[in-house]
Amino acid sequence: MSELRDLDLGARPAQGHPRLASRPSLSYHRGTWLAPRREAAAGTGDEEKAVAIEVRGLSKKYGAFQAVDGVSFEVQAGQLVALLGPSGSGKSTILRTIAGLETADSGSVMLTGEDATALPVQQRGVGFVFQHYALFRHMTVRDNIGFGLKIRKVPKDEIRRRVDELLDLIQLGGYANRYPSQLSGGQRQRVALARALAPRPKVLLLDEPFGALDAKVRDELRTWLRRLHDEVHVTSLFVTHDQREAFEVSDQIVVLADGKVQQIGPPQALYERPANPFVAGFLGAINVLPLRSLKAGSIGRGPETWLDQPPADHAEAYVRPHDLDVFAERDGKPYWPARVERITPLGSVVRLDLRIAPDHPLHIELPRNRSLGVGFAPGDEVYVSPRHLNVYDRAQNSFQPVDVHRAMGLALQEGAGI
Amino acid sequence: MAVVPATLARRAMQPAAALRGASLAYLGVMVVVPMLAMTWQAVEPGPRAFWAAVSEPYAWHALKLTFVTAFIMVLVGAVTGTATAWVLVRYEFPGRNLVNALIDLPFAVPTVVTGVMLVALYGPESVVGAIAGKAGWKVIYDQPGIILALLFVTYPFVIRSVQPVLLSLDRAEEEAAATLGAGPFTTFLRVTLPTLWPSILTGSALSFSRALGEYGSVVMVAGNQPLLTKTAPIYVFGEIESGNRHGALAVSAVLLASSLLILVVLNALQRRGEVRDAS
Repeated sequence: MSELRDLDLGARPAQGHPRLASRPSLSYHRGTWLAPRREAAAGTGDEEKAVAIEVRGLSKKYGAFQAVDGVSFEVQAGQLVALLGPSGSGKSTILRTIAGLETADSGSVMLTGEDATALPVQQRGVGFVFQHYALFRHMTVRDNIGFGLKIRKVPKDEIRRRVDELLDLIQLGGYANRYPSQLSGGQRQRVALARALAPRPKVLLLDEPFGALDAKVRDELRTWLRRLHDEVHVTSLFVTHDQREAFEVSDQIVVLADGKVQQIGPPQALYERPANPFVAGFLGAINVLPLRSLKAGSIGRGPETWLDQPPADHAEAYVRPHDLDVFAERDGKPYWPARVERITPLGSVVRLDLRIAPDHPLHIELPRNRSLGVGFAPGDEVYVSPRHLNVYDRAQNSFQPVDVHRAMGLALQEGAGI
Repeated sequence: MAVVPATLARRAMQPAAALRGASLAYLGVMVVVPMLAMTWQAVEPGPRAFWAAVSEPYAWHALKLTFVTAFIMVLVGAVTGTATAWVLVRYEFPGRNLVNALIDLPFAVPTVVTGVMLVALYGPESVVGAIAGKAGWKVIYDQPGIILALLFVTYPFVIRSVQPVLLSLDRAEEEAAATLGAGPFTTFLRVTLPTLWPSILTGSALSFSRALGEYGSVVMVAGNQPLLTKTAPIYVFGEIESGNRHGALAVSAVLLASSLLILVVLNALQRRGEVRDAS
C-alpha cells in the first residue's frame, strides 16, 4: 500500500501540474468555495479541527410522514462518519439533502464552512456513491471515472493522468476499457468510488455503498474502504443500517431513529455508554429486565439494591450478554437466581439461555475458556450478577448507567454478602 | 426391452417434428415464396433492364420522393416521439393514463380514413386549408401533406419503443451525473440519450419501413401528380394498372430490399447493444 501514499486525492494541490502548480488550493470543483477555504486554511492553520459538514435543524416531510425531524450534527474534516439507523430512520434523506439531491423543508447545510443550503447539486462539490453503483452503462470504466473532469473541461492529458492514478488506487488498472456490465459488483462499486473521487470533492457521501454486495465481497470492500480512507483522508459520510459495518469502518457514528439523532460518538463509546434504550438495543444484543418483578436473592438482595434509589415501577435494566457473571455458588455479591435452559457453543464464546426468576428469559455470553471451568448443564440453578447495567425509567425518560464498583463497595459495607 | 425407449422417443419426436415442419412451411409459403417470386420476376430480364426500369424518370422521382418524405418524417418523429415518451414517463399530470392509452390510436385508424381526416382539416375547402393557402402554403395535394400523413400513421412507433426503456432507467445515473457537475441538459445529452439511443433508432427504423410502403393515407392527400407528389407505392399501383408490369416489379423490389436492409441492420445493432448492456 505504500505506493498509495504519494497519491494526491484530497483537496490538496496537484503536484507538478503546470497549470495547477502556482495555485495552491485550486481544485476541480467550481463554485465559490475556493476563496473562503483558502482563507480558512491560512487563518487557523489547523485543518484537523475544521468542520467539513455541518447540518443544522434539518427537517423534511413526505406527505404526513416526518422523514427527518430537526437533525443537527457535524463532521470533522478528514473523518469517516457513519449515519446508522434502521430503514425509515431518515438517514438516506439526510445524505441526499447534503448532496443537494433533495431539498429540506427547513434547516441548513454547510460544506467546508460555506452555506450550501441553496446551492444546486452541481455546485456543491460533493462526491456521491450510490447503492446500486449508478455507473454510466454506455461508457467505459475510463470514461466513467473521467466524466466529472470532462464536465469541468479539464485538459485531456490531465484527465488521462488522473484516471490512471485512480485506476491504480482502486486496483483495476487493466480494466480501463471495460464496460460496467463486464465487471463484478465489487469492481463496479470501486469504479463508482473512483468516479466520485476524481474531481477531488470537498466531501464524499456514500449511500449504503455495500448494500447490494454479497457478504464476502462486502467484508473485503469494507476493509478496503477503511484503508483507502486512511490513505486519502477525504471527509466521508456514509449511510448504513448495518451496525457491524458502522463499527468496522467509521471514526464516529451518528445513530438515527424516527428522523431524529439518537446519539453521536465513537463506536466503542456508543456501545459502552448508550444514551437511550434505542441505541442500547440497536448496537448489539442486550437483555431488558423488568427490575421490580425480578426475584431477589435468598437474603433479599438483588442487584437492584445497587441503585441509589429504589427502582420505579416500570424501571428496566439493560444488560449486555457479556456484562453478566454466572456463578454456581453465591460469592458474596447481590444476585438474581436463574435456571440454565440451554447451552450453545458458538466458537469463541458460549451462549447460555437462562430463565431468571420468577420467569424471564436472559441471554449470557461467556468466553469459551471461562465457561469450560464452570461446567453448567441445562436445569442447573445458578446465580447471576451484572458487571455493568443501565437503568431505564420510562416515566422519567431517564437512562442511567449504574456504577457497579461503587455500589458493590457500599453493598458490602452494609453486609450484603454472605 | 432396449427397443421400447427408442420407440417412445420416436413417438414423442413425431408431433414436435411435424409442428416444426408445418410452421416453417407456412412461413415459406406465406412470406418467403412471394418475396422470391417478385424478386425473381423483377431481376429476371437482367440488370440492365432492372436499372432502366428503376432509373426511368417517373420511377426515380417516385422513389426519391418516398425516401425523402420518409426521412423527414423520421427526423421529426424521433424528436417528438422521444419528447412524448419523456413526458408520459417523467411527469405526473391529470389524464396521463388516458393519453397513454390514446397513443396507439393511429394504428387502429384505417389509413384511408387518416387521409380523409387530413383532407378535411387541411384541404382547400377547409378553413385551416384556406388560411394556409392565403399564406402561400399548400399542404394537401402537395409534399407537406405526405409528411403529415406519414407522421400520423407512424406516430406510436418511437414512443412505444422509447417508453419502456425510459421507465426502466435508473434515475441514480442522472443523479450521479448531477453530483459530478453536469447540468440537466448535459446530463440528458451524455447520460440519458446514449441509453435511449438504441430504442429511438429502433422506433425510427420501424416507422421508416412503414412509411416506405404507406399507400392508403398518402393516396388521399398527395394529389398523385407524376414528378411532383406521386410516391413509390402509388407509382407501383399505377404501373400495374397501366400494364407496365416490370416497372412496378423493379420499384417494388427496391422498396422490399430497403425494408429488409433496415431489419438486418436493426437486428445487428440490437445484438451489439445486448452484449454491452448484459449484466
